[in-house]
Amino acid sequence: MTAHHPTDQSLRRYERGDDDIPADELWAVESHLENCAPCRARLVPDPVATAVWAELQPALDRTPQMPRARRRWNGWFSPAAAPWLAMVVLVTAAAVALDRLGLMAGERVSVVLLVAPLLPVLGVAASWSRALDPAHELVSATPRAGLPLVFRRTAAVLAVVVPGLSLAGLVTGVGFTLWLLPCLAFTVGTLALGTLVGITRAALALTAAWATAIAGPPLLFQRTPLLLDTALTPLWLALLAAGLVVVVLRRMAFTRLETNL
Amino acid sequence: MRAIEADNLVVRVGGRRGRNAVNGLGLRLSRGVHGLLGPNGAGKTTLIRTLATVQRPTSGSLSLLGQPVGGGLRPVRRRLGYLPQHFGFYKRFKVREFVEYMAWLKEMPSRRIPGAVASSLERVGLADRADDPMKALSGGMVRRVGIAQAIVNTPDVLLLDEPTVGLDPAQRLRFRELVAELGEQSCVLISTHLVEDVAAACTDVVLVAEGSVVFQGTPADLVNAGTPEHVGDSPIERGYSALITTRSGGAW
Repeated sequence: MTAHHPTDQSLRRYERGDDDIPADELWAVESHLENCAPCRARLVPDPVATAVWAELQPALDRTPQMPRARRRWNGWFSPAAAPWLAMVVLVTAAAVALDRLGLMAGERVSVVLLVAPLLPVLGVAASWSRALDPAHELVSATPRAGLPLVFRRTAAVLAVVVPGLSLAGLVTGVGFTLWLLPCLAFTVGTLALGTLVGITRAALALTAAWATAIAGPPLLFQRTPLLLDTALTPLWLALLAAGLVVVVLRRMAFTRLETNL
Repeated sequence: MRAIEADNLVVRVGGRRGRNAVNGLGLRLSRGVHGLLGPNGAGKTTLIRTLATVQRPTSGSLSLLGQPVGGGLRPVRRRLGYLPQHFGFYKRFKVREFVEYMAWLKEMPSRRIPGAVASSLERVGLADRADDPMKALSGGMVRRVGIAQAIVNTPDVLLLDEPTVGLDPAQRLRFRELVAELGEQSCVLISTHLVEDVAAACTDVVLVAEGSVVFQGTPADLVNAGTPEHVGDSPIERGYSALITTRSGGAW
């Protein structure tokens, strides 16, 4: 506590709320009053000052912070990905609508099935690409960058994609087993390929590969693509495992700028 | 222990047909405020990125805070503060929210975050804008948020790439006071093209050209390098141009 108490005159001016008090003097008086009960008593007769102070003090000690729910959300979802995840939901709904309208009528090809592996690719690209995340360089330089954050953000993408597709599957009658593995394999595949050539390029390459090899022929020839047969489950499992191995081996790539071109 | 120790550092950028942006650079820095000066394309940003551990050195050795920079970056990164040249941010975030998010990414203990965010915003003079959305800020204010997020974890090594861009003269004066305070506790490296910022704020000057250090000394040493014949409006600018032109043989 300081021995220099404000003069009666400056206290009076402070009390009146004069707006010509120099800023440094104002701050000095204010911070002095925070710590000096006798001076607060000089300002107003004691019972009033003490009562006001008792109500004010808890508010002063509390540091404002953002709501807990918002903080938890940001811990999982990449802030840049929100609009893209909304798009993923829209595309799922559109695929369901196309199926219901029966554009592929008479055949067993489902649009839901054809877009399923591409939805997480979009989400992953939005979460990690340098082009889509404005704070990318900042985030890459933090200790959380790397596998822990990759898994959080990827889990968040899947938390949107998988329930959406499950719902779509229920509505259109497409079996769980048909789309889940390709969907996961493409998710991990984007990350794995991304550690080598950059996430954006990886996403584009996988999308193009899917379009030509799998989605294209059935749309043209109206039959369920060979690669979506349940007999190929071991192949998808192998691809998924290989992708995971590459991601773990190349984990340092997520902490550098080069990967995320 | 030195905060930054680099030996024979080479950093290649631009892929296979790229160039060595940093070329055989040696640097030793401890506590204090260090100014990194040099012409455009001298490798300042690549050097700062390498020191911030987001760019991998092609060869040579680099230690930060006594730890060789290689595999485990997390312990070192917790003690780093970094403001990139292009400070990107999330427009929909509020100022406080953005700095809190960065503090979380820097793995600060969650009970320390609200207090640290409030005090770093106070230090850059944005305490009263904490609840404004980022997109409502002016260019100078955005830069100050960038400084706030860099210092929120009270880093031991603080790397600022062109921090004074967009600040008005009064804000630049306040910025110099702030870095002088920070330099008492940590190693602050400021990359800038404003020679007068260095003269006023830095205890030490590092001059780079073509990817290596051509001069390291006090601002007074830099002044002494110049003569009245050299180009420049102030003694320190003349010193700068004396050291740069003798190397590259031209003002451009």
